[in-house]
Amino acid sequence: MDLRYSESDELFRDELRVWLKSALFSLGSVPQREDWDERVRFDTEWQKKLFDAGYAGMNWPREYGGRDASPSEQMIFLEETTRARAPYVGVNFVGTLHAGPTLVAEGTDKQKEEHLPKILSGEEIWCQCFSEPGAGSDLAGLSTRAVRDGDDYIVSGRKTWCSFGHVGEFGELLVRTDPNARKHRGITWLILPMNLPGIEVRPIETLLGSSEFCEVFLDDVRVPVENRVGEENDGWRVTNVTLAFERGTAFVTEMIDALQMAEDLAPSVVDKSERRELAHVVAELDALWALTKRNVSQAAQRGAPGPGAMMLKLAYSQVRERLGEICMRVLDRRAFDIHDFLVEERLRTLSLPIAAGTSQIQRNIIGERLLNLPKERPWLLESK
Amino acid sequence: MNFDLSADQEDLRDGIRALCAGRFTSERVRLGFDQEMHKELSDAGVFSLRTDGFSWADSSIAFQELGRVLVPGPLVWTHLANGAAGCEGIVTGVESWPDQSEAVANGEHRVMVEFGAQADTVLGLSNEGVVCFDAEAVRRAPQIDWPLDPLTPVSVLDKFPVGELFLGPDAAAQWRLGGAVLTSAYQVGMAQACVEIATSYALERDQFDRPIGSFQAIKHLLADMAVRAEVARAAVDAAAVTLDDLLTQDSAILSEVVRPVAGARVLAGEAALANAKGSLQVHGGMGFTWEMDVHLYLKRAWMLNTVFGTPTQHADFLAATLTTASG
Repeated sequence: MDLRYSESDELFRDELRVWLKSALFSLGSVPQREDWDERVRFDTEWQKKLFDAGYAGMNWPREYGGRDASPSEQMIFLEETTRARAPYVGVNFVGTLHAGPTLVAEGTDKQKEEHLPKILSGEEIWCQCFSEPGAGSDLAGLSTRAVRDGDDYIVSGRKTWCSFGHVGEFGELLVRTDPNARKHRGITWLILPMNLPGIEVRPIETLLGSSEFCEVFLDDVRVPVENRVGEENDGWRVTNVTLAFERGTAFVTEMIDALQMAEDLAPSVVDKSERRELAHVVAELDALWALTKRNVSQAAQRGAPGPGAMMLKLAYSQVRERLGEICMRVLDRRAFDIHDFLVEERLRTLSLPIAAGTSQIQRNIIGERLLNLPKERPWLLESK
Repeated sequence: MNFDLSADQEDLRDGIRALCAGRFTSERVRLGFDQEMHKELSDAGVFSLRTDGFSWADSSIAFQELGRVLVPGPLVWTHLANGAAGCEGIVTGVESWPDQSEAVANGEHRVMVEFGAQADTVLGLSNEGVVCFDAEAVRRAPQIDWPLDPLTPVSVLDKFPVGELFLGPDAAAQWRLGGAVLTSAYQVGMAQACVEIATSYALERDQFDRPIGSFQAIKHLLADMAVRAEVARAAVDAAAVTLDDLLTQDSAILSEVVRPVAGARVLAGEAALANAKGSLQVHGGMGFTWEMDVHLYLKRAWMLNTVFGTPTQHADFLAATLTTASG
């Protein structure tokens, strides 16, 4: 076990610091939450800057525009971008942290060449079309149908909680291709160009008062078969590749941002018991950062992250909840203004224990896949 | 940076685990600490790891394994004192004691010493340094006839002997940090063992015609326990590695290691306690019996949360490293 960075790592850090300073200097101010045109422009401009400087897709293969960086460089990148208060991934979330890694693992050469460089350069925005009104935690119970017709699938159904649905140019779409198979066996993963005829997108207003996600209505949409990722009816396995990425890595940037937030908050926390509570939060975030280093190290050494990757999202959601409440108590009556960044963050992070698999689903996964506990018996069988 | 265990560290872990499986079965552990156990641990090199060239991180890995099976004894003190002149045999210690005037004036200044009756050397940590006490006086002191943890005998001294300073304040500071890391490592092992013991019970215990581990109420409890242990383990490993890094530098900056060590102490203390309680709940009525080992983990967790700084004290240490309003 070694947490030290080498001399060449430190050189990388120095270069990155210099670059960040100038790149951030030329970047405009952060747009308002409701100004989506400006948010798209701002987020993709930042992604383009990262790409041009060789800092996009730190752990992606070089042939698709990534850096194929060592674990140390990946950690340093996260540390330095946070310290410099660089913009968050924003509208590039699904592309860079979700759909992209899935294509790297499961896509055809053509799909990789077509999408991966554009995702990294901020030229392609992706959204997620997984959940449905009738398929939330029970994602595999989804009912959006896809029927093969020549070189196309004809897709009809309704998707919900589609993050960045109204700005996405491509969607990661889950459809049912075999209605007769057992529910996990009849699902297929498709790349959905969001400009196809028959797609209607309706933003959903969240408790923040803004539209962070959408409903997507699909009415006889013709999706080319060549847009399929993985085999027909093998989409559940492909999805789990995606979800593993989301749970293991997608929250890391956010987590280290939270650590910065906790440290920034410290001078405002005066009461002794509240300082103790903040210390507890910092201890947990420090530990999760160490766990991330372990996951990244193990992924590099052994090809797969350890059990910690499965736990990160659940643990982070819980500690973030506590940090959010400390913020609200510290703000006191200043919290009446929703435009305060800390208030906005308190509200936004209410989605953490729900999105990407609720905390209850995470516990099922840890219990069943890590501790090998049996699944609960299906309810329908019981009642008969 | 490579925060994965090295091949040597995996061998060390497996070696100590095998030693524990062979020598420190539940039946043996329940008989308590004795000279023979001390000799076996000593022969296995558990106490001399650092003087034999191993790191704090390696020692932490070894203590995690000892904690898994609740090996009794003043293991941390004996490990810390290894190699120090005049600290032979079984070493125990205290972190606070009254000065003589207080002891005479007020009978409430009783001092509890774990394994006091068995110790060859009794040490103390003060601001001035490491202090050595008259072990004979401690050995003669009466013991609690029914200690909270049946595997940790406790001597009680109304009058504490006068000590003699034998190592300086730097050594004492380092012992405090190292003691906190190794105690936390031991507790992480306990927390992990509670997950494993409770999980296997949840798989074999049937109610409503199925293993209770299939119920989400039990499964989620176990998942939370697993997360707690794994997060605390990452914190302890990070603290041990940081301790190694800073102590090998010429000018050891102890303040920089306070935050990771305090964090580890907070999380490990909490994990050992919460997981022992979780295990008790999963075991139901059986968890309330003397027969099962569950209570031994819980009682040890309470006792260990009083040594090398309580988790509450460490939370305050950590808070003090964060910026205050006055900067």
